Amino acid sequence: MSKKLSPDEMKAYWSRTSSLMWTLLVLWLFFGFIVHMFAPQLNGIRILGFPLGFYMAAQGSLIAFVVMCFWNASAQNKIDEEFGVSDE
Amino acid sequence: MAGAAANSSFLNNLGRIYGIYTGTFVGFVIVIGILEFLGVPDKILGYLFVFLTIGVYALIGWLSRTAEVSEYYVAGRSVPAFYNGMATGADWMSAASFIGMAGSLYFGGYDGLAFVLGWTGGYVLVSILMAPYLRKFGQFTVPDFCGARYGGNAARTLAVIVLITASFVYVVAQINGVGIITARFLGLDYQTACFVGLVGILVCSMLGGMKAVTWTQVAQYIILILAYLIPVVIMSAQVTGVPIPQLMYGQALEKIEALEKTLGVAKSHVAAFSDAKGAFDFKVAINYFALMICLMVGTASLPHILMRYFTTPSVRQARDSVGWSLFFIFLLYFTAPAYAAFAKLEVYQNVIGTSVASLPTWVASWGKPGLALVGACDAANAVQLFPLCTGVTGNGDGILQLSEFRIHPDAIVLATPEIAGLPYVIAGLVAAGGLAAALSTADGLLLAIANALSHDIYYKMIDPEADTKRRLIISRVLLALVAVIAAYVAGTLGAGILFLVSWAFSIAASGLFAALVLGIWWKRAGDSSGVASMLVGYAVCMFFLITTEFYGPALKGMLGDLVTIVKVRGRDVAYIWGINNISVGIFGIPAAFIAQWIGVKMGSEATPEMQTFIDSIRVPTGDVALLPGMAAKD
Repeated sequence: MSKKLSPDEMKAYWSRTSSLMWTLLVLWLFFGFIVHMFAPQLNGIRILGFPLGFYMAAQGSLIAFVVMCFWNASAQNKIDEEFGVSDE
Repeated sequence: MAGAAANSSFLNNLGRIYGIYTGTFVGFVIVIGILEFLGVPDKILGYLFVFLTIGVYALIGWLSRTAEVSEYYVAGRSVPAFYNGMATGADWMSAASFIGMAGSLYFGGYDGLAFVLGWTGGYVLVSILMAPYLRKFGQFTVPDFCGARYGGNAARTLAVIVLITASFVYVVAQINGVGIITARFLGLDYQTACFVGLVGILVCSMLGGMKAVTWTQVAQYIILILAYLIPVVIMSAQVTGVPIPQLMYGQALEKIEALEKTLGVAKSHVAAFSDAKGAFDFKVAINYFALMICLMVGTASLPHILMRYFTTPSVRQARDSVGWSLFFIFLLYFTAPAYAAFAKLEVYQNVIGTSVASLPTWVASWGKPGLALVGACDAANAVQLFPLCTGVTGNGDGILQLSEFRIHPDAIVLATPEIAGLPYVIAGLVAAGGLAAALSTADGLLLAIANALSHDIYYKMIDPEADTKRRLIISRVLLALVAVIAAYVAGTLGAGILFLVSWAFSIAASGLFAALVLGIWWKRAGDSSGVASMLVGYAVCMFFLITTEFYGPALKGMLGDLVTIVKVRGRDVAYIWGINNISVGIFGIPAAFIAQWIGVKMGSEATPEMQTFIDSIRVPTGDVALLPGMAAKD
């Protein structure tokens, strides 16, 4: 439980954690904003009656957000276990 | 100890307990359905729904009463990720989500989706930037973190001020929602209804603090999600033959688009960023994204949500719990656009074009003076029956045209079961769901406010020697007091729900986001930079909020062409660069980041001890290296 990371390990741990954070932040930017900037164009495509631009804002991005949260949890758990700092 | 044993057997049997609870609730709905079939009057059914559900919440609150500090503030840090997700879902989904959102989707079409995106995307930020680190930090409140990270009482006080402003605005909106529901289903006038709802809120949260609120919120989530899904599933089955509304409402959208052409509606339901005439409008797009930023960033700053992640047993579970929270929230949010689409189709197909003489009874019951959420404005004297018809002149031909049908956005969800001709039991169920949503959020908010006052102000700053009993009594008294003030404000103002809630998000985002994120992710940021960030973010946001809302013309005098004046809520409200003032966070959020950056550039750097503390909250294991004097006793 109370393993303490050396300064070098801490640096490595935090750089792995940070790059995971930045990856997800870029994905968040993409699904949160960038896709929807093209909504008027995407609306020209229809799937099951849904205009695609509308669908992305009403459902597509939301699914991406849920997946991203679970993915972050499991990826960070892997990093924690690798460094022996998982708290469970 | 008998209490501890009972507690652990409760925690081990959560699945069974809530399973039985859900089954009982479904049975209860069926029984009411049978009563309706047997001819029991609607009013009695409404009473049964409102009082039995509030009774159940009160019972859970009573069973979870506690006299322990850590149970009162953080539910003993024993809430598993899955259930904390459900509780967060109920905490999160307020009257605005349940009652307001589908209404704004009904009217705004694509534009309303900014709420759907804004209120889900923020959880990604909570997950990657905040929750695990706040959980590792431990302690009890968000101001606790600000105080420990930015050197004491100045930062703590600012955090408390932001927390109270945002949460209070938010809670007023919830009581407003409770008022609308109880007024309609109990037949009370709106102001009395606000206070009746208040009693329901207080019994849940006063006795058991966070512990009671958590287990009540899980129960409330189950009711609210069933209540939201059932009517849409039925409508989807009626319209498309398939009871999966989220998949099938594409068909409803196509039908709506066809009807828009015959009814002469220029702005299509699905068109992105279009003005009233249906042409692309850059300002609409700007507002869409500005609102989304405020809502997402606000999500990651609202203390009543962040404090839920203090209650999990571990850092790992805090992270999982964010995923579950968003999943449970997602279930409602990806249904809301379907709800709006089926409701709109129902109105376009079956309400517009009918004879005014043969309008169904719901028009009168939702439109009567005192509630005034629906109006059928064909006849010249319509305004006497329907106050909502003020300013609308019908053509008096006895047929209800689209321009003669008025409905308040907040009535869409609650009235749709009746509009679609579903049995009254469904309408009652939806009301119970809306009530659960509003009550659960109000509980969480009031608890956040009362904890900030009793824990951060009274215990940490005024009387650090206060014993447990005294701290908890003070917290309960303050909770009741704040609740009564909020009910009074809600009853007198009677404002809409969505704009109040959006303000709350803007305020929290401006005041807290930069300080929290940089506090965790920027080790060098020193004490005064954090204080500056909160102060500037909050001040800028409040300045623009108050001036745009109440001093619109004066602001126009100063800023000239930058400002357009829009008449809303009976006032001349200023829109700067055409940005709706519900998104004032768009000014406050960057201001807070810039202030903190300047602070650090001007030499406000964290001490080595502070940097050790930050390192210690970044790693799940190990002790938290708090600076002296920052520890809170359990």
